Amino acid sequence: MAVLGIAFGYLGLLFVIAAWGDRRAEQGRSLIGSPTVYALSIAVYCTAWTFYGSVGRAASSGPSFLLIYLGPTLAMLMAPLLIRKMVRIASAQRITSIADFISARYGKSSSLGALVALIALIGITPYIALQLKAITLSHAVLVNYPQAADMRLVDESFWHDKSFWVALVLAVFIILFGTRHLDASERHEGMVAAIAFESLVKLVAFMAVGVFTVFVLFNGPGDLFARVAATPELAGALSLEAVPGGAVGWMGTLVLAFLAFLTLPRQFQVLVVENVDERHLKRASWLFPLYLLAINIFVIPIAMAGMLLGDISGNPDSFVLTLPLSAGLDGLPLLVFIGGLSAATSMVIVETIALSTMVSNQLVMPLLLRSRRLQLGSRGELAGWLLGIRRVAILLILLLGYLYHALIGDSYSLVTIGLVSFTAAAQFAPALLIGMYWRGANRKGASLGLIAGFLIWAWTLLLPGFAQSGWLDPGFLDQGPWGIAWLRPYAMLGLEGWDIYTHSLLWSLVANVGLLVGISLFSRQSPLEQTQAALFTEAMHPGLMETSLWQGQTTRGELRLLLDRYLGANATARVFSRPDASEDDLPAPPALISRAEQALAGALGSASARVLINSVVRGEALDLDAILSILDTTSETLEVNRRLEQKSNELARASEELRSANERLRELDRLKDEFVAMVSHELRTPLTSIRAFAEILHDSQDLPEEKRRHFLDVVVHESQRLSRLIEEILDLARLESGRLTLNPQRLDLVILARHSLDAVHRLQENRGVDLEVDISLDTAWVVGDPDRLEQVIINLVDNAGKFTDDDDPRVLVRLERHKDHFRLAVEDNGPGIAEGERERVFEKFHQIKHSGSQARGRPKGSGLGLPISRGIVAHLGGRLWVEDAPHLGGACLVMEMPEAPAAEPEET
Amino acid sequence: MAKVLVVDDEPNIVISIEFLMQQAGFDVVTAEDGESALARVAEGAPDLVLLDISLPGISGFDVLERLRADSDHARLPIIMLTAHGREVEREKGMALGADDYITKPFSTQALVEKVKTLLAEAS
Repeated sequence: MAVLGIAFGYLGLLFVIAAWGDRRAEQGRSLIGSPTVYALSIAVYCTAWTFYGSVGRAASSGPSFLLIYLGPTLAMLMAPLLIRKMVRIASAQRITSIADFISARYGKSSSLGALVALIALIGITPYIALQLKAITLSHAVLVNYPQAADMRLVDESFWHDKSFWVALVLAVFIILFGTRHLDASERHEGMVAAIAFESLVKLVAFMAVGVFTVFVLFNGPGDLFARVAATPELAGALSLEAVPGGAVGWMGTLVLAFLAFLTLPRQFQVLVVENVDERHLKRASWLFPLYLLAINIFVIPIAMAGMLLGDISGNPDSFVLTLPLSAGLDGLPLLVFIGGLSAATSMVIVETIALSTMVSNQLVMPLLLRSRRLQLGSRGELAGWLLGIRRVAILLILLLGYLYHALIGDSYSLVTIGLVSFTAAAQFAPALLIGMYWRGANRKGASLGLIAGFLIWAWTLLLPGFAQSGWLDPGFLDQGPWGIAWLRPYAMLGLEGWDIYTHSLLWSLVANVGLLVGISLFSRQSPLEQTQAALFTEAMHPGLMETSLWQGQTTRGELRLLLDRYLGANATARVFSRPDASEDDLPAPPALISRAEQALAGALGSASARVLINSVVRGEALDLDAILSILDTTSETLEVNRRLEQKSNELARASEELRSANERLRELDRLKDEFVAMVSHELRTPLTSIRAFAEILHDSQDLPEEKRRHFLDVVVHESQRLSRLIEEILDLARLESGRLTLNPQRLDLVILARHSLDAVHRLQENRGVDLEVDISLDTAWVVGDPDRLEQVIINLVDNAGKFTDDDDPRVLVRLERHKDHFRLAVEDNGPGIAEGERERVFEKFHQIKHSGSQARGRPKGSGLGLPISRGIVAHLGGRLWVEDAPHLGGACLVMEMPEAPAAEPEET
Repeated sequence: MAKVLVVDDEPNIVISIEFLMQQAGFDVVTAEDGESALARVAEGAPDLVLLDISLPGISGFDVLERLRADSDHARLPIIMLTAHGREVEREKGMALGADDYITKPFSTQALVEKVKTLLAEAS
């Protein structure tokens, strides 16, 4: 009894949370305006099936349980594309359920809506039964342990069956806070808050068992896995090969979970109908997959532990309970029971609310409206009726679930029932998803596809389930009906060896999609269907949804009367901006008609709302042409905007380019100024000497002969220097503008180097420089301009000679092969060049600073030799750089030229 | 006899100015960089300095600044002699306290006249 007391206490707590959530919503301080609450409410996906069944499935089929969670993860990753569109359509059309969504898409068809509602009812009831079973089973395990729980409770009278009472209590609970408002498209804020809370409870409970199992029963994951590895029959059970149906089974389960996540009525409810802000999808798209990861992380360890402990843990579906029970604990099993209860009740609550909305709006209301037996005109308000219908529906759905559980629930494990329901819900996917993207999909195709898919599902999964419960003769499973082998439920058309769910999903979807597409291609849509199809497929088109689609005529008074009758005075007042009836004789504007229809759709579903509006409005709704022209106008505006934006982008880019070009020009101009200043400085220096000595020679007639000769020498020398400088500047200008003419030819660098060195030898000797040559190669064929290369070599040696050590000036020239290159290195024994200076020596007019004593008597360079040399070498495909001299310790300039291709015939 | 200090790192230019100054009847000392120019001044104050700007080590501008900062040489006649022909440099030299600014290549007669005038003013 204590356990039951706690369970009821937990339900009471839920009720308090729900009531609080509703109160806050009424005060305008919504609890659920948060993406985190939204993500947690989506976790209603994890039911008792997850809580108890994942471990059971892991124990029997290895890691295949994970696919059930990978599917939704995939769907949530696509949320910005797919679910956002669903949310936008639903809020524009005031959609109340997935049946309403599909009905609205196909011309607000009431028959299609009814079909979806019926399939949902049949397909989902087992799933509700599964939750009831989980609650009673877990309770029995908790109370009876260590005796095995006897689940044949159906043999007793239902009066003693706890499942019955659980169902009844839940029904009351759901009626109390699931049908507080008439408008089903208005959010059940209290319910969502309670569901989010339940998601936290089940996560905490499950992780508590996981931590207990891994770290208390065993010494951490290492210990657990080691013990499994030591038990051969277990090691295989959890490997990938244990998944039924192999690779096909993997794919099938993944697709199944992906589709069911979008189409299960409760998922559609929390994902789409209860969404308050489509931006919440952003956080939910990673938070929900994270939740799934967290709740799955301990599944395999718990399954392993349960199997290792063998007898004391019993049925794998109950491992989460029996493991802590076997350790003799009291508190933890109770927490687990509450966790399972939260998983089960959250599913039952949302599923029942979603189903009851469908039953009232898609099944009962259209019938009532059509039969006219219910003198609606005279009955006044219908609001009470609608709520009544929904409440009765809730009760009936739960009793149906109980009945299913009581009659055949024992023959399936938790997992199996879940997958049967998944496959049924997946039948909605073609009509839903194709309808959102293909305007041509029509009502006839969708209806026939759904019927075919449903029939195949019933034949391949539902009836075999009945047969295995002993309700039907199981003979048709093996032999086929009347002995027709290709109709065998588990091997349709001879397809054998697949797991039954993938098999059923394949055939039902093939028939479903085939009929939807095939029939849509060959039949026509009604005008309203065309309109709705356009509105659904173009839902992301800005501005379209706000368009008013009514062109018919009616008065405000007639509309007011209609709304009053069905929604009551309060809801009517919200639709009409003016509360008094003073303008009731005036014609109603199209926007008002649309608002009225939306308000009705929110309560009754789109199909019924359409029927009612049609009863007072004369004239048709906007037809497809009108919609298309609206679409075209908006597309044209968009196109013009897009072009304008493109133009302004181009302008911005052009002005940016201009700006940077201008900057480059200014920089070039600055460099040019600097260059001119440097050139003029360099030219002025020899010119100064020339002019001074020329004037001295001119003015001083009585100079001694020796002085006169000396001065004349200087003039000649400085003139030569000036010419050389001008030559260099011209070379540089040609190099930089790319106009330097080179005559590349095959030449032997050995011969060229010796020749060049002969030319400078005398000069260096005069300066007292010891010039060593180390060339051991016989030949070194390169492609180059001999005159220019000689110029480079002379320049390098000349340069080195200026930086040698004062006391013992030495220069060493080496020519070596390096892979497929030849390197001519010119070393000196001077002070070397600091790392940071090594690239700067190749800048124009860069002068290496001599310290005081070294400057004496040394000829100064122009600062152009090295940049010119580097330019020439680069033009010939080689490189020139500075490094440390390996032999003499000073600087070393290295010229590297690629080896010439193999000799041509005339040279050999 | 007045003493002229010639500071330039181009040997041929030093030789030509040295000859011109000696011909005009002055004593000449020479320096090829900024540090030794300051050392020559410290050894025995010259009556006038012909100072190049682009020098190895500290520049002619730096030498001028240091001499002017020293009260002993605040009134020492200094002629900047340089291949930097741009107006900004001329202004900088004058602002730092040079007595004149002659660009290279220069007229030998004008240079000798200028030196004579400044020496006459100083005495």
